[in-house]
Amino acid sequence: MPINELQATRNPPKSQIGALLWIKENLFSTWMNGALTALSLYLLYISVPPLLNWLLISANFNFGTVNIFGFSLQFGEEMATNSNCGRNAACWPFIYEKFDMFIYGFYPREELWRPNTVFALTALLFVAVRLTNNLKHKNRILVGLLISYPVVSYILLLGGFGILPTVETYKLGGLMLTLIIAAVGIIISFPIGILLALGRQSELSTVRFFSVMYIEFIRAVPLITILFMASNVLPLFFDAGVTMDKLVRALIAITLFQAAYMAEVVRGGLQAIPKGQYEAADAIGLSYYQKNILIVLPQALKISIPNIVGSSISLFKDTTLVLIIGLMDFLAVVTGAAADKEWLGRHLEGYVFVAMVLWVMLYTMSRYSKKLELRFNTENKN
Amino acid sequence: MKKESISKNIIEISELNKWYGDFHALKNINLNVKEGEIIVVCGPSGSGKSTLIRCVNFLEKFQEGSILVDGTELTDDAQKIRKIRSEVSMVFQHFNLFPHLSIIDNLTLAPIWVHNETKAESREKALKLLDRVGIKDQAEKYPNQLSGGQQQRVAIARSLCTSPKIMLFDEPTSALDPEMISEVLDVMIELANEGITMICVTHEMGFARKVANRIIFMDDGQIVEENDPENFFTNAESDRLQLFLNQILTH
Repeated sequence: MPINELQATRNPPKSQIGALLWIKENLFSTWMNGALTALSLYLLYISVPPLLNWLLISANFNFGTVNIFGFSLQFGEEMATNSNCGRNAACWPFIYEKFDMFIYGFYPREELWRPNTVFALTALLFVAVRLTNNLKHKNRILVGLLISYPVVSYILLLGGFGILPTVETYKLGGLMLTLIIAAVGIIISFPIGILLALGRQSELSTVRFFSVMYIEFIRAVPLITILFMASNVLPLFFDAGVTMDKLVRALIAITLFQAAYMAEVVRGGLQAIPKGQYEAADAIGLSYYQKNILIVLPQALKISIPNIVGSSISLFKDTTLVLIIGLMDFLAVVTGAAADKEWLGRHLEGYVFVAMVLWVMLYTMSRYSKKLELRFNTENKN
Repeated sequence: MKKESISKNIIEISELNKWYGDFHALKNINLNVKEGEIIVVCGPSGSGKSTLIRCVNFLEKFQEGSILVDGTELTDDAQKIRKIRSEVSMVFQHFNLFPHLSIIDNLTLAPIWVHNETKAESREKALKLLDRVGIKDQAEKYPNQLSGGQQQRVAIARSLCTSPKIMLFDEPTSALDPEMISEVLDVMIELANEGITMICVTHEMGFARKVANRIIFMDDGQIVEENDPENFFTNAESDRLQLFLNQILTH
């Protein structure tokens, strides 16, 4: 029998590639598939043009003179008013006029540099995390930044301590408030959630019992109920004279709520760690805390990143519920802004704007989690 | 090569009984291991051989009997267990390397966190050990980038990092592709010749014949027979051992 020669690699036959083939295989492969394609095209045809018309084509963009970083841009003669905007398309000057309210709520207008500084610091923090990657005392610098950031932000936003004029918390609002509530909720609930998840797996039955009780109780109750309880029941535990800030109560409620969900997400990661990892950690003599901090949690959290981000995104969205206890978050300011007698009835523009901003932020978050997953994926690095 | 030691017992197991629920996994085990002795434990699967060696570093709790390791009795006391675990190392069937740490970090973890060594000295020692098992050039890689045989050699180096007196091997070659078994056995043989006390659960009878001082045959949770290698293979006293030997030696 002859020995076969080595075969050269060839390109696939022409009939296997090309756009037409792709269309045929993916859109019209069967009769049913073709019908669904046609139906989808029809639905797009009846929905997209009117939407574009409302959003852009017939919409009013007469902002008047806009100053951006010293450049004057002219949009139309002068700013449109509610009446000359028309009712059949979007009136974007409304958003432009109320922009500060959407972003800062009722924060004193002459103090807006303070939240702006916080926004800038936040952006810098993200950059710093990337830049410190290669530095020698990376961990020390990061811990320092992470401790000082909330303190500095608190002083900037609310003032006090004789440094800056005090701003009452009820003046916080808009996107800024939504971001504060979401960030505090997500960040503080994270360590609590990890402790609860470990508690649920603990060998000590009392610890396990209370962790399970807490998690299952919170998860069985809607966030709205917890918010109501925090705003109405929590004050009953304090003396009559002591009043607790409304925002603080909402933050406590949201953090406690999110901690239970975070615990379940982390537990999922913990359960995915093979028993052999625990045994190897035991066998080399690590203590319980060393085993969890050095071996188990780094792996479990890494597996959990998609779910942690997913859960954080849903908390972010859930924070809009704080409007029912009277906080003026990003969604709630729409009502406030459209109640202005100059701009009566422009809710729709407000909600569309809020939806677009939230979508951009949350979609960015979910993309970021994809990147994190790849960065931490040492297991399959080749 | 094999030396008849007259030294003291480093492991004393007496009247050991263990149950998993209702299942009686270990029945009245008595076994003394002398310092520097190489013991091979074999037997059919489910015979309790892994359970036995996992009791020695307290990965498994037992209900009756006692185990003394280097004079310290195994109890629930966390301090004592950690002390014993720093003297008794274990190599697992599935390596159990830490996949999120590089090879060198896998090795230096216990010296740094358990034995309070500095990063520099533990690193130097780890590199020496990696050199000894022949994979010094892979130090900065991650476990999943190595072959099974290399991973198991890393695992052996990791368990040597804490300078243990006793090494436990739990079927170290069972999860390996055939062509990688010998590279791991070579490392083990080298260790055996250096006089460290070893208990190996393995079916590598060539290895057993070459280095073991004693071979123990377990079945149904008990020690059925123990003997020196020559007599173990040629003069099996029990039918069960004879049957087992016929099964594994005919191939």
